[in-house]
Amino acid sequence: MGDDVASVASYDASGRKKGSAVTGFLRRLAREKPLGLAGAIVTLVLVLVGICANFLAPYGMNATSLLNTLQAPSAQHLMGTDNLGRDVLSRVIYGARISMIVGLSASIIATTLCILIGMLSGYLGGKFDMIVQRFVDAWMCFPDIVLLMVIVSMMGAGLWQVIVVIGISWGISGSRVVRGAVIAIRENAYLESARATGCSKKRILCRHILPNIMAPIIIIFTTRVPNVILMEASLSFLGFGVPPPAASWGGMLSGDARAFMFQAPWMVFWPGLALSVAVYGINMFGDAVRDLIDPRMKGGGGRYGARKSKKLKRLLEKMEDAVWNPD
Amino acid sequence: MKVYVVRRLLLVIPTIFIASFVIFFLVHLIPGNVVDMMVSGQQTATEEARHTVEHDLGLDVPLYVQYVRWIGNISHGDLGKSLWTKTAVTQEIVARLPVTLELGIIALLVSLLIALPIGIYSAIRQDTLGDYLARTFAILCIAVPGFWLGTLVIVFPAIWWGYTPPIVLIPFADNPLGNLRMFILPGIILGMQLSGQTMRMTRTMMLEVLRQDYIRTAWAKGLKERVVIVRHALKNALIPVVTLIGILMPTLIGGTVIIEQIFGLPGLGRLIVDSTFRRDYTLISGVMLFYAFVLMFVNLVVDVTYGFLDPRTRNRYR
Repeated sequence: MGDDVASVASYDASGRKKGSAVTGFLRRLAREKPLGLAGAIVTLVLVLVGICANFLAPYGMNATSLLNTLQAPSAQHLMGTDNLGRDVLSRVIYGARISMIVGLSASIIATTLCILIGMLSGYLGGKFDMIVQRFVDAWMCFPDIVLLMVIVSMMGAGLWQVIVVIGISWGISGSRVVRGAVIAIRENAYLESARATGCSKKRILCRHILPNIMAPIIIIFTTRVPNVILMEASLSFLGFGVPPPAASWGGMLSGDARAFMFQAPWMVFWPGLALSVAVYGINMFGDAVRDLIDPRMKGGGGRYGARKSKKLKRLLEKMEDAVWNPD
Repeated sequence: MKVYVVRRLLLVIPTIFIASFVIFFLVHLIPGNVVDMMVSGQQTATEEARHTVEHDLGLDVPLYVQYVRWIGNISHGDLGKSLWTKTAVTQEIVARLPVTLELGIIALLVSLLIALPIGIYSAIRQDTLGDYLARTFAILCIAVPGFWLGTLVIVFPAIWWGYTPPIVLIPFADNPLGNLRMFILPGIILGMQLSGQTMRMTRTMMLEVLRQDYIRTAWAKGLKERVVIVRHALKNALIPVVTLIGILMPTLIGGTVIIEQIFGLPGLGRLIVDSTFRRDYTLISGVMLFYAFVLMFVNLVVDVTYGFLDPRTRNRYR
């Protein structure tokens, strides 16, 4: 996997104008990846719901109504109410906000850390790399969820604790991919010439290496977001995540919900469905992004590539065009 | 080859030391002193009672002394005693292991059974409707959380048909069929979660192999499709599948933690969740160390096997 991502890097020097790159990307997404587009829409809806939760939710996140406990879905409560009379729909909507916050911030922390550790370890090499990698090894020999569970219980459950812990932990384990990418381009001639002209290490890392490993970094980020959301939900489900009464999708499936799940199955059904749809959509979007960034996944050889040869030829021409004529 | 194996083995030593260090200090930083929790049960919670409890548990010496003692004990196979139940940690692990092992093996088998055929199909019919459906299914397996699927599988049959899965563990020796019935549902759910990853990796590996020159040669020789796929492509694509088990291992263990919680299976996962709630330091660190050993061992075996199968990778640890 690491090698896959690593070899992408060398293709990513097309350096087109920013505006046209974004619109061009969206056009290709719509034309070539219908599922990716659907995923993008789900992602967008999720973000909007998260931001506008206050306006969209018909009731407050923790507005209890002891007269309306465990009500089946109805016109007043589209997804029913829980054992405290809280509206499940409203809590699912607020859950989108928590998932978005955790998903984005933990992924940003993780990706930043991946870049820092991976670039230094990959570029400096030698003893430094050896020592850092042993730490990464040690970190990676624990199952994620167990490690995170223990650390969160150490820091005390809470939204920010979960974000920081997931971010740091996955930053450490994900740094391998960045390191692989850096090692793959380390011996390139343009880096040698940069060294020969007396560029400082900092300049080489920021100006010469970083832009060239942008593709794997984007891929790390897009694959982290849905995984972080799932991990937060799993932790909250086990009781080591965002503590109640905050409406985390995972937390809504544990504790009271499990005690009442036979009487009020809607309490466990809707939050899980929201979680699945969100993770599914973001994954689809992320996959499409990866495929569009990675030209290697296009076409092929032998019989199975033949059917697409015309399309492939045009694509390769376009790619070469982009590489040789930046504008 | 010998050099490669030795190098790979040497790398394990610092890793296991760092890992043990991480475990020990993480676990001892957990707030909510276990002594407070134990003493709070008694009516007369005096300072003196606290001190005796602390002394009995060996918590009254500085942390580094505790670490050295712990490492010393581990070196002759003693992981300490649970702070709560007073049973030896090794004994607890041995008692819980079969459940997790059975669940894991069933899940792994299920995942390979689902993932390999679909992954291969999806690769040889790249960009057809079947491929799209297969890939959608793979992402669905990853996206739908096991704790939701597990809950639904328990809730809806109970509501519609009044069926509930057995709650008390049936040992395999007493009633093999009943035991399997108990494990099959959680096994399938966990297996499905794993199969998403497996399917995608099988597809990628197969696609990579299908682009090789020798496959083109095979086609050019006019061989039948079945022969090209099975004899030429599949054989080579399955070598990296060995690594799959290493890659899947953390997901598998993480999955057992959650699935055991849902289906009430008394395995290692339940043990670690319960002991984290109870701040049972020795138990937490024991189980984490066990997990770390297992993962490291599996990775070692995978790397060495891979080195045997594919000579190109041996240079990785120069």
